Amino acid sequence: MITVSKNNIGLSENIVIPEQIKIKKKVRPGRVLLYIGLLIIAVITFFPFYIMIINASHTSLDIGTKLNLLPGKSFISNIVRAQQGQNVIRGFKNSLIVAVSTTFLGGYIGALTAYGFSKYKFPGNKVLFWIVIGSMMFPAQLGLIGYYQVCNSLGLINNYLALILPNSAMANLVFFVKMYMDSSIPDAIIESAKIDGCGEFHIFNRIVLPMSIPSIAAMCILNFISVWNNLIQASVVFTKSEMFTVPIIMQNVRGFYRNDLGAVYGVIALSIIPIMIVFAIGSKYIIGGMVAGAVKE
Amino acid sequence: MYSNNNSAVELNQDQKIQKRRKKSSTISRRKYYGLFFILPFFILLGIFIVYPIAYSIFLSFHKWDGSILAPQFVGLDNYVALFRDKFFYKSIFNTWLIWGVSFIPQLLLAIGLAVILSNFDIKGKGFFRWVYFLPVLVTMSSIANLVFFIMDWKTGILNQILMSLGVIQEQIQWLEKIPIARLTISVTLCWMWFGFTMVIFMAGIKAIPLEYYEAGLVDGTNKWQEFWYITLPCLRPSITYNIVTSIIGGLTLYDVPAVISASGAPQSTTLTMVMYLYNLGFRNYNMGYAATIAMGLFVMVMFFVAIAYSMLMRNTQQD
Repeated sequence: MITVSKNNIGLSENIVIPEQIKIKKKVRPGRVLLYIGLLIIAVITFFPFYIMIINASHTSLDIGTKLNLLPGKSFISNIVRAQQGQNVIRGFKNSLIVAVSTTFLGGYIGALTAYGFSKYKFPGNKVLFWIVIGSMMFPAQLGLIGYYQVCNSLGLINNYLALILPNSAMANLVFFVKMYMDSSIPDAIIESAKIDGCGEFHIFNRIVLPMSIPSIAAMCILNFISVWNNLIQASVVFTKSEMFTVPIIMQNVRGFYRNDLGAVYGVIALSIIPIMIVFAIGSKYIIGGMVAGAVKE
Repeated sequence: MYSNNNSAVELNQDQKIQKRRKKSSTISRRKYYGLFFILPFFILLGIFIVYPIAYSIFLSFHKWDGSILAPQFVGLDNYVALFRDKFFYKSIFNTWLIWGVSFIPQLLLAIGLAVILSNFDIKGKGFFRWVYFLPVLVTMSSIANLVFFIMDWKTGILNQILMSLGVIQEQIQWLEKIPIARLTISVTLCWMWFGFTMVIFMAGIKAIPLEYYEAGLVDGTNKWQEFWYITLPCLRPSITYNIVTSIIGGLTLYDVPAVISASGAPQSTTLTMVMYLYNLGFRNYNMGYAATIAMGLFVMVMFFVAIAYSMLMRNTQQD
């Protein structure tokens, strides 16, 4: 915080100088301070990740006794030990099944809903859409007890569907994709398909869905991440250890590995690195989608 | 919502029959097809969001241990107990305190960075944005564990650094100290979310008409005045929106404190409302009372949801 305010002051002083246009090429002290400030914040932001990755490649003894700043050689053996203590690979499989199914099912259901709202002016359209917006703001934790009861009576405890189905009603996706369809899919296309004898459902699957893929994909990446990270719902409905998803394993990591710090850091790194890679590839869509949805967890 | 769904089904079936009889599609008839498309979403919403809330309301007047035995009606007993529950008040206080301490620096940092990255000619904007945003995406329970091991007294990196610098002589049990344990959670949350808040502000700044800045330039404003008289007033809706959504997220805080200490140690000072709810419901199997806590939370959250909702509605209608 301090660095930023310093920078602002530094800059304002700097920009008051009328010659600023002439000396554009020269190194200006305010600018340098600004970059230093931004870099310090970036370093602070990244430091925990760095420590995590570095420690994941050291032996438990090294981690416990000294500060490591350079990579070691024990990453593989840490992971192997971690896998022996708790089936981490199984956890990844569980998380992947849940997150991928939710992404696709939720993407399709959400697009259907968005299309219904965007192109059909049935009575109650507005009111129902307001309900969608309302559910977007609504934290799922409030109904936690009832959610457990629903899953229990539907026989969904320790079933992937317990996490897939509720998260497939993605209000943020409906909201965002509807906006996109309103502006980017002209009614004329739908009308002409209609005249050519296309059925309503066929129009959606063959014309509207492919045209909306960019907006759907942007929100789907986001929902993939939020389902992947879901802890509280998962820990309510997944009680058997073979159903544990990555966040549940992470929560219990201290119980699983006791003092084996190498294994602990190995597993933490393993859980974070895939998300870092996904983000490196799709950062533009993810940030854009998140701004559009604009709902925090 | 159920009645809406049912009427939707009936309407659709009517339409279907009519369609079969007479295969003409006038626009007025076609519009009912939309209800078909939105039906699956509303079924899921009904089963997994609306019903659970309704059931929680029902359960808050009952005693239930989560078993196959039917819930027992106890009237207002749970609510009476709730109003006398020291831990409930404590969890409210903890939640607000942890949120507040994390949010204020987060807001200032986010506005500052958003202005710098939007209004200044900076190289490597994409890189900075990537790094700042990264913590938003990472699994909270992983982060919480990482923080736990950084702060750990015996093997933690913090003690290692401080000892090698000679600041402290022996290892300190940071997470056993009340202000530090809370502060750790607040700092973690601030670190996790400032990138997100920043990005929302960047979107807000992008929406400010360039003419305003041009007019400012004509009047000879410097960057500081520009920020103070143009950017900040125009960002007021974004600020309100950030505050309200952050409160909603903050009130339901669970992952980070729960991983660092499941029981809210030391002395329940890091026990949040959702943690208390979870512990009572799923560790003590006192579902009825847990549902009552959820109702207390519900009242608080709904107030802020209503504000956020009306803001979003206003924006949507403008479009």
